[in-house]
Formats: sequence, C-alpha cells, structure tokens
Amino acid sequence: MDLECSRLLPALCAVLVDPRQPVADDTCLEKLLDWFKTVTEGESSLLLLQEHPCLVELLSHVLKLQDLSPGVLSFSLRVAGIFAAQENCFQYLQVGSLLFSQPGGAPGLRLLSAPPFFLSSPAPCPGAVDTIFSLQGDSSLFVASAASQLLVHILALSMRGGAKEQPCLQGDDWPTCAQKIMGHVEESLCSTVTPKVTQALNILTTTFGRCQSPWTEALWVRLSASVACLLERDPIPAAHSLVDLLLCVARSPVFGSSNGSLWEMVAQALSCLGPAHVGPLALGILKLEHCPQALRTQAFQVLLQPLACVLKATVQAPGPLGLLDGMADDAMMVDALLASKSSCAGLLCRTLAHLEELQPLPQRPSPWPQAPLLGAAVTVLRLCDGSATPVSSVGGHLCATLAGCVRVQRAALDFLGMLSQGTSPQELVTQALAVLLECLKSPGSSPTVLKKAFQATLRWLLSSPKTSSCSDLGPHIPQFLRELFLVLQKRLCSPCWEVRDSALEFLTQLSRHWGGEADFRCALLASEVPELAWQLLQDPESYVRASAVTATGQLSSWGLHDPTSPQHAVARQSLLRELLRILSADSEGFPRRAVMQVFTEWLRDGHADVTRDTEQFVATVLQVASRDLDWEVRVQGLELALVFLGQTLGPPHTHCPYAVALPEAAPARPLTEALRALCHVGLFDFAFRALFDCDRPVAQKSCDLLLFLRDKIASYNSLREASPNTDSVEAAPWRWRAHEQTQPQEDQEPEAVLAMLRSLDLEGLQSTLAESSDHVEKSPQSLLQDMLATGGFLQGDEADCY
Amino acid sequence: MKIYCLSGHPTLPCNVLKFKSTTIMLDCGLDMTSTLNFLPLPLVQSPRLSNLPGWSLKDGNAFLDKELKECSGHVFVDSVPEFCLPETELIDLSTVDVILISNYHCMMALPYITEHTGFTGTVYATEPTVQIGRLLMEELVNFIERVPKAQSASLWKNKDIQRLLPSPLKDAVEVSTWRRCYTMQEVNSALSKIQLVGYSQKIELFGAVQVTPLSSGYALGSSNWIIQSHYEKVSYVSGSSLLTTHPQPMDQASLKNSDVLVLTGLTQIPTANPDGMVGEFCSNLALTVRNGGNVLVPCYPSGVIYDLLECLYQYIDSAGLSSVPLYFISPVANSSLEFSQIFAEWLCHNKQSKVYLPEPPFPHAELIQTNKLKHYPSIHGDFSNDFRQPCVVFTGHPSLRFGDVVHFMELWGKSSLNTVIFTEPDFSYLEALAPYQPLAMKCIYCPIDTRLNFIQVSKLLKEVQPLHVVCPEQYTQPPPAQSHRMDLMIDCQPPAMSYRRAEVLALPFKRRYEKIEIMPELADSLVPMEIKPGISLATVSAVLHTKDNKHLLQPPPRPAQPTSGKKRKRVSDDVPDCKVLKPLLSGSIPVEQFVQTLEKHGFSDIKVEDTAKGHIVLLQEAETLIQIEEDSTHIICDNDEMLRVRLRDLVLKFLQKF
Repeated sequence: MDLECSRLLPALCAVLVDPRQPVADDTCLEKLLDWFKTVTEGESSLLLLQEHPCLVELLSHVLKLQDLSPGVLSFSLRVAGIFAAQENCFQYLQVGSLLFSQPGGAPGLRLLSAPPFFLSSPAPCPGAVDTIFSLQGDSSLFVASAASQLLVHILALSMRGGAKEQPCLQGDDWPTCAQKIMGHVEESLCSTVTPKVTQALNILTTTFGRCQSPWTEALWVRLSASVACLLERDPIPAAHSLVDLLLCVARSPVFGSSNGSLWEMVAQALSCLGPAHVGPLALGILKLEHCPQALRTQAFQVLLQPLACVLKATVQAPGPLGLLDGMADDAMMVDALLASKSSCAGLLCRTLAHLEELQPLPQRPSPWPQAPLLGAAVTVLRLCDGSATPVSSVGGHLCATLAGCVRVQRAALDFLGMLSQGTSPQELVTQALAVLLECLKSPGSSPTVLKKAFQATLRWLLSSPKTSSCSDLGPHIPQFLRELFLVLQKRLCSPCWEVRDSALEFLTQLSRHWGGEADFRCALLASEVPELAWQLLQDPESYVRASAVTATGQLSSWGLHDPTSPQHAVARQSLLRELLRILSADSEGFPRRAVMQVFTEWLRDGHADVTRDTEQFVATVLQVASRDLDWEVRVQGLELALVFLGQTLGPPHTHCPYAVALPEAAPARPLTEALRALCHVGLFDFAFRALFDCDRPVAQKSCDLLLFLRDKIASYNSLREASPNTDSVEAAPWRWRAHEQTQPQEDQEPEAVLAMLRSLDLEGLQSTLAESSDHVEKSPQSLLQDMLATGGFLQGDEADCY
Repeated sequence: MKIYCLSGHPTLPCNVLKFKSTTIMLDCGLDMTSTLNFLPLPLVQSPRLSNLPGWSLKDGNAFLDKELKECSGHVFVDSVPEFCLPETELIDLSTVDVILISNYHCMMALPYITEHTGFTGTVYATEPTVQIGRLLMEELVNFIERVPKAQSASLWKNKDIQRLLPSPLKDAVEVSTWRRCYTMQEVNSALSKIQLVGYSQKIELFGAVQVTPLSSGYALGSSNWIIQSHYEKVSYVSGSSLLTTHPQPMDQASLKNSDVLVLTGLTQIPTANPDGMVGEFCSNLALTVRNGGNVLVPCYPSGVIYDLLECLYQYIDSAGLSSVPLYFISPVANSSLEFSQIFAEWLCHNKQSKVYLPEPPFPHAELIQTNKLKHYPSIHGDFSNDFRQPCVVFTGHPSLRFGDVVHFMELWGKSSLNTVIFTEPDFSYLEALAPYQPLAMKCIYCPIDTRLNFIQVSKLLKEVQPLHVVCPEQYTQPPPAQSHRMDLMIDCQPPAMSYRRAEVLALPFKRRYEKIEIMPELADSLVPMEIKPGISLATVSAVLHTKDNKHLLQPPPRPAQPTSGKKRKRVSDDVPDCKVLKPLLSGSIPVEQFVQTLEKHGFSDIKVEDTAKGHIVLLQEAETLIQIEEDSTHIICDNDEMLRVRLRDLVLKFLQKF
C-alpha cells in the first residue's frame, strides 16, 4: 500500500462507520474491495492489519452498530473475509464467532470459508452450518447461491482435513461437519419439495465439479442410490439440475470409465427424462471422451428422435433416408412434438442446435448419419414453407404446426449450412440447394430467414466439390447460379433494407471466393447484379451503402463490371471516383469506413486503377481520410499508409525467431527517393497529426506505424549521420499537437522528417497510450479521495447549519 | 333462426338471416369471375380479337361460331360480359326488411336486388362504403357501356348445348341466371335506398332487433355487424383485417359473447403474407423499369392501391426511380384519390392525426403535386399526350376483360421487357391472361389480401368465444390444391357449421326469453313475498300490450263502474274487462294436522288412505272424499254445497294466498 493511500485510509474508515455520513455507492465499495484483494495478494495481510489499526477498528466497530447500512456491513464482512483467509490474520482478528450472528452476512461467508483452521478449530461457530442450510433458501439468489457454495467449501475442506488416508465408504469416520452436510443433502434428496431437491443437487454438482479428490468417489457411492430414486419419481423433480449433476459426475476424472453403476443411472435417465431435458443430457454424454459405446449409441438415438419422427411422418418409404430405422417412436417425444406450437418449435430448435454443436467435434458419433440428417433438415424446411407432403396424421399435424414458423426455419437453415461440411449423396445436395433457392425466392421469407438462407447457401456453394471437367464448378452449379442471380437481383431491389444488405454481403462473400471462376463470372455478368450493386451505392440506408461499397469494390477487384456499360474502362474509373465521393461526402461513418477498407485492399492487391498512379491515389485518400471525423476512418487511413510503407520500403521484419528467414529483399528504390515519395503523398503529415489524435486508437496506430518506419530506416546506414538543425526539428512535432498545422506541409524534406522521427520518444508514447485513458481515475488514491470527498461535503453542510 | 345462403363465393357473400321476425340480408356481393369466360372488350379496335375463328363442335357443326370464339386454345363467349347473381329463388327477396353492407366490394349486386325483386326495405352502410361503392359501380358501368356490343349471346346457355362445350364453359354454374351489367340509373336508384350509419351506431329494426356496425379494419368504412335482441347476439364478420394499413383498426371486443358468429371474407390467399407480397411487388417493378420496361398493375380504383402508392412513395426514391411516371387510369381515378383524403374519421390513428397538422393523410397527394403520379379518366384525351415510357400504369379491371387494362395488355403484351403484376386476389391470373396468350411480357402474381388468415381467425375466435361459428364450406377444409395443409382451415370447438350456395341452414339455437317491461305504477302496486330466502314472488295482474315487437305490462282496468247513462266509451274502456281475480295458492297440506282440524270442526269417523300421489281423506259419515295431491286438492261430496264450502275453507287455511 502506498503512502498516500495509507494516509487516506483512517479517514475513510471513519467515514464508513459514521451512520450520519452518506453511504458511498455500491460501485465504490466494490472497487475498494477489489483494491483490498490486490493489496493482500501483494503483501502480508497481517502486517497490513498491524500497520493500519483503523481496519481492525472498522471491523469491530461495524459489528456493534445497529443502524448501519446493509451495504457497508456486507462490505466490512467481506473485507474481514479477505483478511481472515490467512491463519495469522484470522487469529489476529478473532472474528469467527462474530460473523454468523449478523443477518445479511452471507456475502462474507464465502470469503471466510477458505481457511481450514476455521473448521478445525473446536466449534468455532456453533450452529454455523445450520445457519448456512437455512440461507440456502434465502429470497436473494445471491445469498442462496453463496450459501450453497459455502457448503461445498466446508465439505471439501473438512474432508481434506479429516480423511488424509483412503476414505471409508461408509462415512463413519468422516468429520462431523461433513457428516452433517451429507445428512442434510441426503435428507433434501428425499424431500418432496422440489426446491430442496434442486439445492441438494446443486451442492453435489458443485462438489463434483470442483473437487476431484478420491473421497468424492466415496461420496457418490453413498449418495447415488438417493439420486437414482429421483429417476423413479413421476414427474422427475429438478430434472435440469439432475442432468447437470449426472454430466458433472460423468466428467469427473475420479470415476474413470469403468463406473458401471453411474452409466446405468445415466442410461436410465436417458430413457425416462422428458424430451425437454433429455437433449442436453444426450449431448453432454456424446461430448464425453470416455464413455461406454452402448451409452453413446443410446444418447445419439435420443438426440435424433425428434428428427426421426419428422422424417417418418413425411417420407413415403422409410428407406435409406430413415434415421433410427426399425426403432419404435418414443411416445413422449411424439407427444412433445404435437403438444403445442411452442413446444414443437422449442424441441426442434434445441435438437438442431445440439446436433450442430456436435458435428464439428472429433468425438462425434461415427458413422455420422450425414444423409438422413440432411434429409431431415430439408424436410423441416419444407414443413416450414408448407411444401412438405405428410404421410401420416402426425405429419399432418406437424405440417400445420410448423408452417410459417420462423424460429424453426432459422435453426434449420443454420443446421443445413453446417451440414455442407460433410459428404452427401448428390441427390440430396440437389434437394438442399433447391430448398435453399426456394427459401430465397419465397416472398414470405422474413429478412432474418433470408440472411440465414444466404449464409447457408454460401456455405454449400463454397463447399461444393470442384470437378476437373470443362466446368470449373460442379455440374449443377452453373444452372443454380443463374437462378440464384435472378433471385439476388430481386432481393437487391427489396424495399426492406435488411434484405438488400444481406444480399450485398452474400454477393461480396461469394465473389471474394469465386471471383476467378469462369462459371461464376459468366453467370454474374449475364445478370443485372453488378449494375444493381453499383446503384445501391446511392441507397438511402447507410448500412446498405457500406455493403454496396464493399461489394462493388470486391467485384471491381475481379474485373467484374457491368458488361453492358458502353465504356468498360470508364465505368471502372468512375467507381474509383464514386468511392472517393462517398469517402469525402457521405454523412454516415459506415460507408466511409467501407471505402477505406476497399481502398486498402485495392492497394494491397495492386488493383489496376491504383497501380496506374499509386502515389496520387494514396495522396488523395490520405488527404481525405485525415480530415474525417470518424476515428475508425482515420485508423483505416493509417492502415492504408502502412500498406503503402510496406510497398515502398519493403515488408515488415518478422520477429519470430523460428520463422524461416527470407533473404532480405533489396529495397525497390533508394531510401531518399522512397522517403521523398512518402513525403510527397503526405504520409508523414498524416501520421504525425494522428500521433496526437484525441482518439487513442488513432494515436496508437500512428505510433506503431512510425515505429515500423523508424526500424526500417535504421537498416539504412547512410542517413544516420545526417543531423540538421535540431531546434527547429524538435519543435515541429508539437506543432501538430497544438493544431497549428492546419494545412499539410508541402513537400517536407526527408531529412527533416527523419530527424523529427528520431527526436520523438515513440516507445514512451506507446506505453503511455497503452494505458487506458482512465488509468488516473482508476487509481486507488483517486477512489479513496472520491469517497472522502462525498463525506467532506456533508461536513461542509453541517458547518453551514450553524 | 335460419340462414339462407344466396352466394357460393366466400369473399363476396350474400346471406339472408331470419331472426326474431326480421329478415336481414347480409351483404350483396357480385361474383364477377363469370366474366372470365368472355372475350375482352377492347377500347381500340383490335384486329387480333376481331378476327378470331368461330368455335365449332367436334362434328364440324358451326352453329355456335357467332357466339363462341377460339383464342389460344380456349373458347370464349363473344358477347357483353355477364355476371353471376346471388340466388333469387331460394327466398322471396321482397320480404327482405333490411340489407346490411359490410364493405364496398360486397355491395356490387345491390342494383339487381333492390331494383328487380320487389325489395322495399332499407339498406344500411357507412358513408365511405357508399361513396367508394358508387365509384366501383360507376367504373364498372362505364367500362362496359363505353364499348357497346351489339351481340348478346344466349344460345350457348342452353343446357343441352352447354354440355357439349369445352371446359370451363361446360362447368359454369347457373348460366341461365347470368345477367348483363346494370345501368347508371339503376345504380342511382339502388344507392338512394341506402341509409348512412356510423361505427357503433345502434339502429332499431322494428323494435325486434338492434343492428350496429363495427370497424373491421379492412377498407375505408368497412364494417362487421352486430345483430342483437335483448337475449341473443349474432355477429356478422365479413372482410376484416388485423394488419395496420390505412383503415381504422378492427373492433374485436364488441364481438365477444356472441351466440352465433357468421364468418365470411377471409383472405383468399392464406399462404401469402401481404408484407412479403408488397416487397415482391416493389422488387419486380424496379427490375422491370430499370431495364426500360413498363409495369401494368390491373387493380380496382380504391383499396390496396392506396397502400401500394404509399409504399411506392417511400420506395421509388430509394430505388432511384423518381423519374419514372406513375399513371392511374380510371373513370373514377380523381374521385377515388380525393375521397380517400376526406374520410379522416374512418382512417387509422396515424392518418387521422395528420389531418390536424394539417396534412393530407395519404402521401399520394404529394406524388400528384410533384407530378410523379398522374391520373386520367381514360387512355383517350390528355393521357396520350403525356404518356412517357417506361412507366407504371394502375388501371382496371383486374379481370382483364374490360376497362383500359385491355388496351395495355394488347399494347405491351408482345415485349418481354414489360411486366404485368397482379395484386388483386379476386381473379385467377392464369385465367385472366388466357385470351392474351401467347404473351411475351412477364407476369408476376403478388396478390395482396389483408383480410384475416386462419391463424388470426383462430386467435380471434379464442378471444371472442362465440357459442357457434357459421362459415362458408370452403373454410372448413384445406384448399383443394393443398389438401395436407390442415392449418388452412377453421379449427374451433364446437366445429363450425358450414353452408354452401342455395342452402338453408337452421341454426341450433333456440330463443328462450323475451323482455317485457312493466309500467311504473303497476310495479309500484306489486307486493313481493319471500317464498325462499332470496326469492320473492308477486302476482301480477296486468294487460300485456304488444306493439312494434315491444311488450309492456299495463295496470288492469278498474272493474267497470256503472256509467251513469252515458253511452260514450272512454279510450281506456277498449281494454277488455277483467274478471275479479282469484288469489293464487301455494304451500302443502300436512295431513295429520288437517285431520285434527277436521275433528275439531266436528267431523268424525275420518279415515286416511295413502295413495301413490298423496292421500285420500275419507269422511265416511258425510260420504265425502278429499283427495290431497302434490299439485291439487279435490273435494268430492254429494250435492252438498254448504259442506264443500266449509271443507274448502278448512283446506285454504293451510295454504298461503297471494
């Protein structure tokens, strides 16, 4: 603790215990608490207490006061907890018997529970455990949760302290405290009151999750029968917590893979839990690394049940497409599907999400039923758009329930997109693409559904296998693309801006990956899509304009311009002009940011319009960007400057010691010439100005850029000795800060710039900038002063009264 | 209570409700799909249409070639188009007391009913309904009268001949009742029988029932109707919408607690979401115009067109189409656009509040002001001078059989740059296009029907909970083309009762109570006696006076005083004389006590016998028998009146009188 804080602390303690003083707000107390934690981690707590008697006074005083605010009381208890966590402090404070006598003391309990001596001391707090039991049912969730956590701590500590050798399974030799807690848990498990069961299950879940000592096995052996009994009740109480417990136990390394009774219980849970809870359990089991194969099979079957029902109800002949062929339908599952629209949608969405989560995992079930799952996803989507033909009454019911259900549609589209990663029969791929196209075409599709459909379509297209035949892409793709662009055309004209936006994003992504594919180029150029994208640069919605900028920039990179335009080259040129216009004139930030990104990309990739006169291009863009009010645009301007630097002076050095060192490429031109070019485009002017930008990210980025530049130059020996007039150089950078330099300097001399660069303490600036802007306000002194100031005002008021 | 179904069209209903001695016609829709069987009426001489080959039977018999023409594989009647009227034989329409109109689309058959059936009643409708209905009728008459056709085909209607014709003529129903369009004179006469009403206004019909129009949210002035007596309530829901478009929102709360809810006029395209369709409309319009093509929108002169114009008002600028002219061509275009701006009280809240700014409620005023929207009565005249392409034309009639639209179909049909966008759901677009095939222009079908869909209906029914639902049979099963869509039908408990054309439906609903009023002075004279805790009774002696279906209990006249020789009768003497009233008795006779009383009064040798229904008390000495039963007591004695009276008085002592 620094001196300033030590000086302020007694006054603050006095303020805290004075009931007449306004209570500092909770945030301050929380911050103060955090500070105490940091301080006790750094130095001896006992010493701290001894050096600051005001703290002990605060703690003892607080407990005697009657009308203290609960906030301050809770704070003080937690402070006590922090100090008492060390045995010498605990004894120094001797607070053991005090804490539990206070109402609302629970927040402090958790912190106090850490020391083992607290429990090993003979009856430190009679009835303490009983108090904690009752606090489990507290109306405040925080208190209840803290109480539950505390019980787990106490249990773990007492077991760790008590049974050093192999624990006895009967629990006769368990410490009294542990016996008491176990007795309470057992009793709660048998209770008919669901919250009690939930509490007991939560304690167990936390215990097994935190402690992986051998004694937990003994604990499970003792309690598993009571847990198993829960599965025989109807309805099963606290099913959600039960699932958590089972999964937690199954994950615990203590049990290994040979625990037969555990797996039996899990298998039983899989067969008797309701559809709402069985899904998470099944998913959890399938994610386990070690688990009996039979159980995995059962879990996977459970997970697939809802989709199997859907498929069965809609597929004419349950042939190769069936999931779980030959298995009887789970009546509970069918009931849940048919019960109501919301339960049906909820169950299907959960199932689809679980399967989606499972698919990329290495331990996913093998063989993975790719084809039936794809069939099921297509069927669900067909049920949602009303085009599926049911073959049973269940199917008819599903059809009526799911028609127009946007929630399921979205989940199914996500799932379908994920399935693009596997290998599927061509027929099904065709069906999947058809259903996606249908979804994109349908006038009834909501904007959110369309977005998902675009995403899924992109994934399917990009994952479609390429063939070596004359066609670049798969045999069906060209036809699909033709239809897709017709739809895209229409969507780009949608009155709903979200739709136009997602259509443009899709176009950008697709052309980024496929811009060079002949089939794609052919289909795109045959459509009006490029022209429409161009027109959307003038969209009234700024998000759409931004997406249009990105899309046209991308198309232009691939030379995909509207071929109907009479002068192809002119059109291309005019895009650059149009984007510059947006950069300098658009009232919204998004389109301007997008333009900067496109320009950076163009510069990096050597876009034809840029390479024609790169310096002129960079000069123009930097000039516009430096004036922009949006800091992101300015940062992006620096990014563009960095790319230009790299191109002029060579790429940045790799600092990775293991990287294969490439032979240092000879710089493109002599340094002086390169520097002159940089001066010419106004890069230094922009960078120095940015160094003192009021937005920290801009200054940081500029600092990085200048550091890079300095490193680069350092490799040239020739210029090191140059030393122009130091005075004028030293003064120059600060002029940018003082905003004296409103006009960019014309043709700075490279030497002057270099000297300026050397004179700057860039490292120092970098570390200053690395600190957050509020680091001063966040310091403990500041906090203590603020809290005291709140109290100080009161004193002033009192004086006024006289 | 009975419903007579006169129209088979679920969205153009015409039903007659007999309820409590009143006969009420609910809507008066005209099924115009019959015109699809006719050749279009071209405004400008069309060589293609005038040179069509006549149709002949398979055996080469060509006697129908003047009436029927073959056009692109279909056979059409070459005659003035005719409409399919509501049934006129099922019920004597001259007995109809009132006609309630729910919206302007559902009154198009009104002149046929009011002018040709001996109808003498009153028609009730809201003001916008009447005004816009008039515009629709005027447009219809104008469209047909301005292309006079000498020929009126009737041979083909002969049942024996019709059987030989190809579909769909062969399957057309009730062709003999099809009629030509009415005249403007008939329209005026019919409209003069309408009495204007406002929402929630209560209208007494002969004292028997009260009818009230409620906002239905579908169109300007569109209404649902409540028909109620003191103890019964029938709701008539026709063409309602829960979407936020221009009309006042639907009043659902007033439909609660109905005994019967008659449900008609649901959306004709239950799978099409109006929002999506508007999006589709805009996108296709933009794509066409951008490519230099023209867009034709066949539409009615009022209704969805207001919403479309509003949507385009916002859209055309964003789509860079501000320079593309919008034309609205209809003989009533001007009136329709102007009427829409003056019915502020019938508009949704948003539009109503604009009026106070003051601003026109619909933005089409601005479109007109800025010359982006121009309207013309017909293609002749100014329009031909101003006409600029590419453009968007809104014009009628959606059937494509008459009106200016016929001209544009002929003009633009050959170019694939142009697009026709169908937004009205009333006609099958493929059938409408049949006489124009082969067609190069693009056809887009985006029907915009804002009326209730089945999900909304099921929510509505859950909300208002009627005892019985009555609806057209089409709503009780999924559409034939989508037989698996069980969600596209009405699902309620008890199942809805359905009707079809020319069917009479007796509603399973008995009237059990009638309200009778008591005059205050009579009520004053009543002395209720509590016979059970909470239940008091009083006898009422009064004269029931019934007039105009209202019942009133008046005090009985005083017993006639002998008038002193004056022969002249007073008015009150008209009331029939009443006899002096005997009091009513209640209570039961306890046999044992009765016997004791008899003994006290000197009767002896009394014997009591129990019977199935009560007791018999035998006075053997007096040879008299007293039968005491639950609801009657008889004293049987032999010609001894004195004894009977004595015994009667003893019996009466045990009973309460009032």
